[in-house]
Amino acid sequence: MTELKKSDFEKKTIVDFKRDLINKRKQHGSLIPLLQSAQDSYGYIPEKTIYYISELVGIPSAEIYGVITFYSQFRLKPLGKHVIRICEGTACHVNGAKNILKTLQNELRISIDETSDDGLFTLLSVACLGCCSISPVIMIDSKIYGKLTPDMTKKIIKDYKKPKKQRVFINNE
Amino acid sequence: MKEIKVGVATCGIAAGGMLVYDELKKEIKNNNIDVELKKTGCMGMCYKEVLVEVIGDSDSYLYENITTDKVKRIVYEHIINKKPVKEWIIKSKNINKEDAFFKKQKRIVLRNCGIIDPTSIDDYISNNGYTAIQKCLNDYSAMEVIDIITKSGLRGRGGGGFPTGLKWKFANQAAGNKKYIICNADEGDPGAFMDRSTIEGDPHSVLEGMMIAGYAIQADEAYIYVRAEYPLAIERLSIAIKQCEKRGFLGKNIFNSNMDFKIRIKEGAGAFVCGEETALISSIEGKRGVPRIRPPFPANKGLWGKPTNINNVETYANISWIIMNGPQAFSSMGTEKSKGTKVFALAGKIVRSGLAEVPMGITINEIIFDIGGGIKDGKKFKAVQMGGPSGGCIPASMGDIKIDYDEITKTGAIMGSGGLIVLDETICMVDLAKYFLTFVQNESCGKCTFCRIGTKRMLEILEKITSGNGEEKDLLLLEDLAYKVKETSLCGLGQTAPNPVLTTLKYFRDEYEAHIKEKRCPAHSCTALLTYKIIEDKCVGCTLCAQKCPVNAISGKVKEPHKIDQDACIKCGLCYDSCKFDAIEKI
Repeated sequence: MTELKKSDFEKKTIVDFKRDLINKRKQHGSLIPLLQSAQDSYGYIPEKTIYYISELVGIPSAEIYGVITFYSQFRLKPLGKHVIRICEGTACHVNGAKNILKTLQNELRISIDETSDDGLFTLLSVACLGCCSISPVIMIDSKIYGKLTPDMTKKIIKDYKKPKKQRVFINNE
Repeated sequence: MKEIKVGVATCGIAAGGMLVYDELKKEIKNNNIDVELKKTGCMGMCYKEVLVEVIGDSDSYLYENITTDKVKRIVYEHIINKKPVKEWIIKSKNINKEDAFFKKQKRIVLRNCGIIDPTSIDDYISNNGYTAIQKCLNDYSAMEVIDIITKSGLRGRGGGGFPTGLKWKFANQAAGNKKYIICNADEGDPGAFMDRSTIEGDPHSVLEGMMIAGYAIQADEAYIYVRAEYPLAIERLSIAIKQCEKRGFLGKNIFNSNMDFKIRIKEGAGAFVCGEETALISSIEGKRGVPRIRPPFPANKGLWGKPTNINNVETYANISWIIMNGPQAFSSMGTEKSKGTKVFALAGKIVRSGLAEVPMGITINEIIFDIGGGIKDGKKFKAVQMGGPSGGCIPASMGDIKIDYDEITKTGAIMGSGGLIVLDETICMVDLAKYFLTFVQNESCGKCTFCRIGTKRMLEILEKITSGNGEEKDLLLLEDLAYKVKETSLCGLGQTAPNPVLTTLKYFRDEYEAHIKEKRCPAHSCTALLTYKIIEDKCVGCTLCAQKCPVNAISGKVKEPHKIDQDACIKCGLCYDSCKFDAIEKI
């Protein structure tokens, strides 16, 4: 079995990921959960983990690569510190998501699937977050912000740029 | 005071529900008040979140739009001094401000949402929970259960509308000892959040439905396939499953019977096509979500090649109610061929956005105007989009149509999973068709040539039209491609992908023609065909538009007419919306 060098990854994440490999490898259809575990541990799927998983579950790495690129959740590149997901669902589209996207692109100077130069933000799009009654919506990490206006969006981004203790913007105020 | 309930489903949390909950917890502790603080799911009135219900021994008060700064008054005036804060109450013994929203609803699937604590199995049990499965195990054979569901007339609520009883019968009769139950909680339709709310508000109702289905087809293993974009739903399901396992409701010999039943959660990984049952099965097997040809149907050859029954969340959530109340109670509601109720997610340009569960047969106008409160900002109702990317647009002129699987299909749209996006005069139907086609193009698995390439060519034509470069022959090619994609695609995604284009061509052809012949967007929406201009005579130089502009495209000195730099302008319309002197025009 190919041994991953300890210098390649943080010691803590190897333990979590390896634990999942041991627990899940014998389960039917474990490939996607293993890929999800790799991504949860490292924030993306490092190339070496693909070979590691391939040896373990007996699926060729090319086939695993095909599975990874099929599903929009999987990333082969690391993300920024904060992940902004803009909802591109129908209700959001109809209620001004385009303007929110333009504001974000302007403020962060990046497009969808890109990370800002300071490594602080990655901008992704999601087909629908299921929060249609508070559209337009964005999700930053796991927090939802709804009923957005371009002004509010700018304020939220400025807030995230501050150190955690200094942040003041809360959605319902 | 007995209980205080705070709505903390995803929408409630986004509106600040957890902050309100924490603030209440703090005040209750500081004042040593003897009251139970509970979290609850979505009762459907999303437009009034955060909702807080204060329940006494003989009365209850529902507060709307609560924020953390309002909590102190509720605690001091209502809870401590027994004087409810009237101005924030929407429902009590004497007040019923939102009656219109609930009057025409009949809540079966959503019966517990907003009422029970979804993280408490005891709450579910004390509301008749887990009595239906025990009734089946003790009193009915598998075929008798199937007979009840068949007689109820329940049809698949995911959008297919296939008779549920018949589906279960096929799986029951399929050869083999190993069978599976799958719950499709992928809810990929943009604009749909019925399943999310059901799972977040009442996860046990879904589990119980799956147990009964498992008994009916004699399966011992089940999967719930939930999309990864629903972290709270996944969390609530995990808690519910663990609670059931602890009580012996799941695992070996459930409820002390001969039946073994285990439920596992599988997270989706972001692929709309995985809402299609064979693609979903492929995904659970760890592969790319590529649909398979049917026959063989999953009932005979599904997960790992074994007989499998797949139903949608909403379908399962109906089951225990039907068992306890009898099939006639369900079939007495609805139309001749569409029985029972349907949950709809009202969104878009509607006043009361949220979830409504209504008997089949209600008209579109009743949902939009009576329940939904009509169009917001006083605009005109133009059309309603039903069925997500597989559906279509039904114009306002057909608002009297009764909602029923077959009636909706006749219009060219489909019932779908329940997403109802309401559209007003500011929405361009060509742009909407382009939006859906962009979505489907991204999500096509690529297996079938016409779906993979045909939708791309259709999208290119729509981009041509909305950017002002459309030609008359484009419409002929668009329609031709649409029919061919429908006819030659293997799965539902490709077969229905052209529906938004076909229905908008059918009912709004004049808009397409205006874009092509006059290079004009009647809804003033397509940015390439739009210019915002400041009328110098009317502009007083208040600078408000310049301040609002997100890209700093407006320049001018105070008290002097301003000017928009057309090269920098992104046509967002914020200047137009904010001008108090009508000095900006859209041309």
